[in-house]
Amino acid sequence: MSKKLSKEEKRNRQKIKPGRLAKREAITGLIFVSPWIVGALMFLAYPLITSFWYALNNIRITPLGKKYTFLAYGNFTQILMSDADFPMQLIDYLVSTIISVPIIVVFALIIAMMLNQNIKARGFFRLIFFLPVIIVSGPILGMLNSQGAGSITAIDTQAITTAIMNFLPSAIGEPIAEIFQNMVTILWYSGVQILIFLSGLQKIDRSMYEAAKIDGGSGWECFWKITLPSIKPLILLNCVYTVVFISNNDQNSIIELIKNSMFSGTTEKGYGYASAMAWLYSLVVILIVGLFAILFIARKDVYERQVKKAKKEAKKERRNVKKIERRSARNAKKIQKAREKRKYKTYDGSGDY
Amino acid sequence: MFGTKEQEGFLKMLVIYGLLICIGFIYLYPILYMISHSFMTLDDLLDSSVNWIPSGMTMSNYAQAATSMNFWKSLGQSILIAGIPTLCNVVSCSIIGYGLARFEFPGKKIIFAIIIFSFVLPSQITMIPTYELYSNMGILGTLWSFILPSLLGMGINGPIFILIFWQFFRQVPKVLIEAAQIDGAGYFKSFLRISVPSAAPALLTVSLFSFVWYWNESYLTEMYVSGVMTKSGWTSLVIQLDNFATNYSSYAQTATNAVTSINESISMAGTMLSILPLLLMYFVLQRYFVESIDRTGITGE
Repeated sequence: MSKKLSKEEKRNRQKIKPGRLAKREAITGLIFVSPWIVGALMFLAYPLITSFWYALNNIRITPLGKKYTFLAYGNFTQILMSDADFPMQLIDYLVSTIISVPIIVVFALIIAMMLNQNIKARGFFRLIFFLPVIIVSGPILGMLNSQGAGSITAIDTQAITTAIMNFLPSAIGEPIAEIFQNMVTILWYSGVQILIFLSGLQKIDRSMYEAAKIDGGSGWECFWKITLPSIKPLILLNCVYTVVFISNNDQNSIIELIKNSMFSGTTEKGYGYASAMAWLYSLVVILIVGLFAILFIARKDVYERQVKKAKKEAKKERRNVKKIERRSARNAKKIQKAREKRKYKTYDGSGDY
Repeated sequence: MFGTKEQEGFLKMLVIYGLLICIGFIYLYPILYMISHSFMTLDDLLDSSVNWIPSGMTMSNYAQAATSMNFWKSLGQSILIAGIPTLCNVVSCSIIGYGLARFEFPGKKIIFAIIIFSFVLPSQITMIPTYELYSNMGILGTLWSFILPSLLGMGINGPIFILIFWQFFRQVPKVLIEAAQIDGAGYFKSFLRISVPSAAPALLTVSLFSFVWYWNESYLTEMYVSGVMTKSGWTSLVIQLDNFATNYSSYAQTATNAVTSINESISMAGTMLSILPLLLMYFVLQRYFVESIDRTGITGE
């Protein structure tokens, strides 16, 4: 608390009078960050703008250079209307990501909670659960999947998938069935998430659980009322991490499509078409991240909300007081003027009436 | 039996251990599968009675996979491709993270917003212009196309590393730095002499993860360094694995002595070879890997 206050104090002081030290520190800070600024301009801002420009054009590479034909949104309509693969793949990706992210995150949370118990050989289990992080990469996963090591033959996934396909419409059923078939790969994506949850769980104050238990709370209630609220920001972090991981993974067929159309020799495809694809894809990814962010964005807790409310009320009160004061002053002026103009005679308590 | 509030019950522990062992087995299953199948001969593969344990250990799968992947050359280049950008990443991200953690300057919030945005943004969207940029600069198909962005804090997963350093440097007490400054140290000196030595866990984490991520990256490596259009000499184990089938068949055709055509065992041996260096590194450094996330406080806020 005191730290926070002193920080605020400092900021206030800076606002009043930006001293020479503060100015120099700001410049030094900018110098430290300057590599990033250059990098962001070069590898983020410039490519973003250029790829947006490309997406609006048809680009053909001729021996004399690139030939642009402005199409406006022509590339986008062509992708959405007449491309054979891309829209289907995009929808598949969207559905399967939205389904598999909660599975991965919940699974990671369960494992983290089990590892957080007082068990023996914790280090050994952590070693196992973290192993996939090291070796998860596109070609290796592809190789394992194609050789049948990605699904466990001991568990009869076929029965589960057929049951799911019978119950659900195929649009939802197919991605779920696919997830069951690739259960191992799904589980393999959750290495980092487990560690993040684990270190978050270890930071929760033990005394909170003790207090809850003295008040008669069960383990179930403790989980919902203490554990979950404490790690809520981490859930968001893990969701975002999982989405980004899945969407940048080499196993993702969409990024392969983008690469293929980038180097395809046909007239209507090429850089412009691929850029439009990349833009559509990025929009979908950002949409998914935004969805999870809205779901899990950390709301301020009750105390802070009360404080905020009280502050708001006080502000309103002050404004009201000011308003009344102003109005009374104005009225007094008005009365004064009216008096002077019409020479009202008011009884001042002297003389005859 | 089910446990009291203080003592964990026997049954509950049994369930937890049982679940952990089951899930642990699912995790290890592909690796065990890979190891067991990589030692099998063709007869073992076809014999349905051989399920897990091959009838004899053959190393010929490994030998054939290694020659077709050009193992030693690819290994050396993999280490270069992963190692040099990692060094650049550590240097640049630590400087940037320190700048963000230690100093107050206008526009800091915007910078944070852009850093997070650039983490979420798929790399495909900037890929085409970046590709052209590299080819105009003449660094396409050289390692510089990885070194340059990582020097500017824009390498693979650069935003994560910047945030790790930022988180870590915030925990370094400001009093220490102020004391150094009173003793006459400049800003850069106090960074080098005080903050960097105390950030050893963060340095280790970032270098380990950066190394692993660069090692496993095949899409961008194929695009920029090894080159889809410009065939440069660069290759890495992961890329070799990606093109394993074609490489192997061309090797099998040109080989003078008799080699078996590609089968499951040989591809498993190839996969094993390409993850073996990382696995060895993991088992040697596993303590740092597993504890690193705790210590860097990535979960801090």
